[in-house]
Formats: sequence, structure tokens, C-alpha cells
Amino acid sequence: MTRHIIPLDTVTTRISAPISANPTLNPVLPPNARGGCAAKSCGSSSGSSGASDLPPEVWDKVKNHPCYSEQAHHYFARMHVAVAPACNIQCNYCNRKYDCANESRPGVTSERLTPEQAVRKVAAVAARMPQLSVVGIAGPGDALADWRHTFETFDQISRQFPDIKLCLSTNGLALPDHVERIRDLKVDHVTVTINMVDPAIGEDIYAWIFFDHRRHTGREAARILHERQIEGLRRLVEAGILVKVNSVLIPGINDTHLATVNETVRGYGAFLHNIMPLISDPAHGTRFGLDGRRGPTPAELKQVQDQLGGGARLMKHCRQCRADAVGLLGQDLSQDFTMERVGEVTVEDRPDERRQYREWVERERQDRQQAAQSAQAVGRGLNTAVAPPLLVATCSRGGGRINQHFGHAREFQLYEVDGSGIRFIGHRRADHYCQGGYGEEDKLEAVIKALEGVPVLLAAKIGVCPSDRLKEAGINVVTDHAYDYIETGVAAVYRAHLAALAAVEDVAVARAS
Amino acid sequence: MAYKINAANCTGCGACESDCPSKAIRMKGDVYAINPDKCTECAGKFDSPQCVAACPADCISRA
Repeated sequence: MTRHIIPLDTVTTRISAPISANPTLNPVLPPNARGGCAAKSCGSSSGSSGASDLPPEVWDKVKNHPCYSEQAHHYFARMHVAVAPACNIQCNYCNRKYDCANESRPGVTSERLTPEQAVRKVAAVAARMPQLSVVGIAGPGDALADWRHTFETFDQISRQFPDIKLCLSTNGLALPDHVERIRDLKVDHVTVTINMVDPAIGEDIYAWIFFDHRRHTGREAARILHERQIEGLRRLVEAGILVKVNSVLIPGINDTHLATVNETVRGYGAFLHNIMPLISDPAHGTRFGLDGRRGPTPAELKQVQDQLGGGARLMKHCRQCRADAVGLLGQDLSQDFTMERVGEVTVEDRPDERRQYREWVERERQDRQQAAQSAQAVGRGLNTAVAPPLLVATCSRGGGRINQHFGHAREFQLYEVDGSGIRFIGHRRADHYCQGGYGEEDKLEAVIKALEGVPVLLAAKIGVCPSDRLKEAGINVVTDHAYDYIETGVAAVYRAHLAALAAVEDVAVARAS
Repeated sequence: MAYKINAANCTGCGACESDCPSKAIRMKGDVYAINPDKCTECAGKFDSPQCVAACPADCISRA
């Protein structure tokens, strides 16, 4: 199977007039949906923090960052530039020798870039995507192991694109040495991968670390790494930098330990905690893959997330991106922006287009907010006996709307609805693994497996055959709410679901009497 | 006295280059190579050769 590449014209736009003046140019709205939809719904409460529950200066930092705000990820794109191939630790879930252009997971990249190439690539992406708001460095190794490339790249990007936010991701080992430099370069967001706060657990996760001119192994390696991670986290927070902590959920190793990790990193002031499922496959050649250690099921992931509670401060929309990812979180366009395609010439920047796009998003957000409030009222006041929770999957390519054809969807955003409202609870992916060589049939099987336990799917459109196949598998596909806000559709489906339940109840009561 | 990178296993990450105290390592094509004239095996500087300890692919050994 050739990799499905989302046509650029579906997510990018060339704006010649202000977006407000010409809504048909908007990348995520179909022409017939401009100006919002009648039924309304959707909102910031359905995931990580919205404007209402954050101090204004923090909201200002996160509102356009797709990884730090669930709401922002419907509108804004990020890109990773793979300028940092070196790493200073060996994790048992990582094997940097294995690479695949069709796979979307951390540590994977099609090519490494020099800082100059990175800047040229940013220019090329920015010119085609006014949604671009963040440039991050996330490897493919560790962004701070060989920090020279990382900081040179950031320095050049911040000069040429002052409105674009900078962001980096690190294992934390070298972090304490660079906090001042990070602050001086105005990198507002740093992600630290912290899988444990107990070296006895850490020794099963890390094979070795290279620190202070020596390779350390076993518990000592885990202890040093842990101490450096916590010191780095503490000092970043002191410097006013927002810190996201990523933890890889490794069943049998740290699954029962992540509550302690959560408590610890919150205690040190981490802004967000993101639990990522272990991706493990013998073909990847990782220690865990070769040992046959499996990743968690969606249910196991949700169980751990639910144990941590804390709602807004738990990131649930992470896509575990490649080190060269480009685009909205669920729509990786990395293969459209290889250096071969980017070319030798630096494209001229048009920052006005990004400004106009951001202004449009601000207005759209307000519309969504209002819509959200009415949709959130669905089933309000009903207890779970009358209004049991319902899981609804959606096909969306951005804008918080049901605006994707089922056949184009490689992931599904998942919402839970009950008497207390509608909540974003995560996404299910059907493209975690390389599917090269398999046909459409297998793809549908992968989708059905990914949607296990989800009875309803909202899509903009779907073919008759796949719709029937999904129905056989117990998944009812609804296209009545195409191009509506997601919450509008979810609320409508839930209303119908409650009505059906009530009808069954009525029949039962009638029969009994 | 020198160390050598097994090009077949080198991933080109450059960890060795940045940690080499003798600046003996340079990129050659897609992978790195050690200049035997400059390599000191880190003798007298560190307990172990820095490139060997840093290499994630474990592809550096005595020539």
C-alpha cells in the first residue's frame, strides 16, 4: 500500500485577501459551513485547559500551541526539525537504527537537517501553512545531547520568524546545563520525558546513560538521570518556562508507578502531564520489542489516565509525532516537505498571513465557545442510570468539526458524553505501524480494531461498503452532522441514544404492566 | 593507537564527534570516521575512550 498523503490543498491555503473577507479560503471549513453551524456546540472544556481556567499570561503562551492546548490542536500546526540526531541515553523502547518513512512515532525521521536546512524548511512550511505556530526540536535523538545544532537552529529561526514559538523535547540528562540558554532564546515550552522517579524502576527502562565522560548502567544510571531530570524541571519552572512531562506507559514496569510520577512532577510545577502508550514491535529492534513486551491497550491507557485524574492538566491529544512531523497533529505532511522538495531557495516569508489566520481563529473560538455551552447541556441533570456514558468517535481534519471523509481518516478523536457533559478523552490511531504491502481490506480491519468498544462514529462521509462492514462490527456510522462542530454532532447522537433508551424502557414498562 | 568506526553500523548521529576531546572525528558521507593520526584513545584524559562510551550504536572498536 502506498502511503496516503493528505492533499495539501485540504489543509493549506494561499491567502491573497484577509480570511475574514474570503471565508472559502479557510483551510478547515467547507464553503457551506462558513459562519458556524446552527445547532452549535463544542468547547474548551472538552480537553485541556481553555482560556477560562488559566491565568491570562499562561493562556497567552499556550493558546496557539497545539500540544499544550487541546483546543489549539484543532487549529494550529507544528513542525519538528530533525537537527539533533545524537542521544546521550539508551532507552529500552528506542532503537535509532530502525527507520521507516511510513511510520509515525518518536525518534523516526526521513532525513537529518543542518540548522541552515532547518530554517529553509521552516520557510517552506510557513509559506504554505499559515496555521504554523510552533517549531520544535524533538530529536531524532535528544535535543540537548549535542546542543550546538539545537541552539543555532533556534537562534536563526527566532530572528527570521519572531512570531513562531519555539519548543524542545529532552530526556533531561543534559537539561540542568542549558536552562539559562533556553530561557535566553525565549523557548517557552520544554517537554521532559520522565518515566520514573524511582531508580529501581528506572533500571528496567534504561540500558545506559553517557554522563560526565562515562557510560553508567543499572540503578546508578537511573539515579543520575532521575536527579538531573528533577533538577532540570525545577529550574525550568523557576525560570517561568512551561514544562510538559511525557511518560511512556510500559505495562509491567511503570504502570502502577505513574501516579507517583504524576504527583512528583506536579509538585515541582509541571504544567501538563502526558501519558504515552509504549509502541513496541519486534521489527523495531528495541529491547522491549525483542523481549516481546507489549504496549498498553487503549483501555489500559485510559485506566491509568483516569487514576491520575486532574482533567485539564493531563494531555490526552498527543500523537507521538515523528522527529520531522509537519502539520496539524493528526495530519503528518513530513513527506511533502523533504529537503528534496523544499529545494535550495529560501521562500519569502509572509507573516501577515499567519496574523490573519490567528485573528480568524480568535473569532472562530468565540463562536465555538458559545456553541459548546449549549451542547454541553445535553443530558444535564440526568444521572448515569438514566443517561449512561456513551463513547463517540469522530473524523476531523481540524477546526473542531466533523469534516473528514472516513476513507481519509487515519485517526479518530474520541469523546465521552453523559449527564455531566461532553469530554474529549483521546484519539485512536489506525496507522501506528507501517502498513506497507497490505490492501484496503486490512486497513479497514485495523480501523475496526482501533475503534473497539466505540459504538458510534461521526464522519463527513463514508462509502456504503465500509459503512456496512463497520455496522457488522457493531460501529454505527453517522454522517448527518457533516461539517458541524464535533460537540454539536456528539450532543445530537447522544440525544437520539437517550431517546432510544427511553423507548426501550417504555416498551419494557408497558410489557410489565 | 587509534579507534575505528564500523561504517556499516554507524547511524551518523554524531554523538562521538561532539564528545571527542581530540577533534579526531569528522563526517565522511553519511557516517563518521576517526582520523587515526589524531586519535589518542583518550589516554591520560579519560578512563575510557569517549567515542566508544557515547556511541548509541556500539559500533566503535580498537582498529
